[in-house]
Amino acid sequence: MSHRRELLVLLALAVYASPVAWQLLTSITPSEELQQGARLWPSHPTLASYAVVFTQSPLPRALVNSIGIALTTTLLGTVLGTLGAYALARLAVPGRRALVLGILMTTALPAIATVGPLYLTMRALGLRDTWGAVIIAHTSIALPLMLWLMARFLRALPRELEDAAFVDGAGRLQALRHVVVPAAAPGIASAAVVTFLLSWNEFLFAYTFTATEASRTAPVALALFPGVFEIPWADVAAASVLTSAPPILVVALLQRALVRGLLAGGVRE
Amino acid sequence: MTSGADRAERRLAAVLLAPALAVLASVTLYPLAQALVLSLERRVPVFGIDEFVGLRHYAFLLRDPAFANALRVTVVFTVASVALEVILGVAAALALATMRRWRAAGIGLLLLPWCLPGVVTARIFEWLYEPTGWLGIPGRALPALIVADVWRTTPFLALFAYARLISIPPAIGEAAAVDGAGWLATFRTITLPLLAPVLLTAALFRTLDALRAFDLMYVLTGGGPAATTETLTLYAYRHLFQTLQLGLGAAAAVLVLVIVALVAWAHVHALDATEART
Repeated sequence: MSHRRELLVLLALAVYASPVAWQLLTSITPSEELQQGARLWPSHPTLASYAVVFTQSPLPRALVNSIGIALTTTLLGTVLGTLGAYALARLAVPGRRALVLGILMTTALPAIATVGPLYLTMRALGLRDTWGAVIIAHTSIALPLMLWLMARFLRALPRELEDAAFVDGAGRLQALRHVVVPAAAPGIASAAVVTFLLSWNEFLFAYTFTATEASRTAPVALALFPGVFEIPWADVAAASVLTSAPPILVVALLQRALVRGLLAGGVRE
Repeated sequence: MTSGADRAERRLAAVLLAPALAVLASVTLYPLAQALVLSLERRVPVFGIDEFVGLRHYAFLLRDPAFANALRVTVVFTVASVALEVILGVAAALALATMRRWRAAGIGLLLLPWCLPGVVTARIFEWLYEPTGWLGIPGRALPALIVADVWRTTPFLALFAYARLISIPPAIGEAAAVDGAGWLATFRTITLPLLAPVLLTAALFRTLDALRAFDLMYVLTGGGPAATTETLTLYAYRHLFQTLQLGLGAAAAVLVLVIVALVAWAHVHALDATEART
């Protein structure tokens, strides 16, 4: 394809993604300009909305909650998922086919089917409105995906790697830690990115199990963003930009690993 | 391998899998069983009501016009979104596969809408639609919602299809060109059949996601105006947490699960059929 046509495709894709940029522009437009109908380009760009969001809204606390919850979920999902996936990929697991099929099927489960009883359990255990409730729920969504993806990655690794370690007298666990995990690092990284995004973006469980600033995640705070008589558009835009920054950053930094993982595994959203 | 080593390996496998399976059993499967039981009960905690009613909630749902409406909205939303996503996704994948120098940038631009939280997408489209007032007009809100969903999920399909496209040896297309086949003929007789199994799988993932979608519509329209965007998931959520009829809400959620299972089953059969043909 000629260079010019290639740039045209890129331009089309940029237009496609442009609502994200528009949100960024809106966030630096003074509210008065928005009210006067200047919806496209700010004539006096300002960070005033960010100041409002940081000093007068629950978003800063929600961002902290989200970072803690998403990182803990990623850690739990990655460690438990990799260990389980290693067993599925390499060890003698009775009924493995049925187990893998069952794990795959749980990825299709709609959260709405379990959210009611889970809410009652969380409340009974005193976990309502804590990070723990959201972390547990998010880990349960991430794990089946993680197990399935990682089992595929690990099975694709050459067995000779471990066999060499066994010859050197290493046990299974040592081989896992010193040979398999380093070799599978790119796969682990892409699965970890998917888990982070899943936890950061999740809304139904996070919205249901939280009640106050103590545990509300950034998407929940954004959905509930205060507006008394009319929506404070510029402030909402600033809060949106802040809520989308971590996923965008993670994807930008790890795009290669993520794309490789997505293309290899066929991940759901 | 001796049977002793065999047993040790089995024990290790159990130890490694136990934590993950324990989480799935207690946080996914057990609540699922509870939901089935709950759907047979009339449970309204605020009034201290808790009694067994058998299948009465299911009987009510099948007669409830609001449930029928939610079912219709869900079907329209799912079919329209997934169909548009497949068409746009294949187009984007074809364009992407011809790129060389700017391919990584193109993929990056596609990943941008995909990686956003659904709530952010809802807020972006709320602002985009603000001058039109569509979200408040009964005939317009659902199409507006579908457009927002297509925007955020087409990249997934595009990347899925793209991965398959680049694995097709270019020699196949070149041979067709030598035989005098035009671009459209090549696409129809070679590219599309090779893409079909992948597209079916991607469409399955997307259909399951569309059936359980919640964040986008909850924030963008809340099911309104006049319930014209109330999907089954929103309907179930409304009964679970707003009218607080837990049993009825659970029954509606179980029916969502039944539909999900039927769709998955149908797709697997369609996939078998496609693979048998190629």
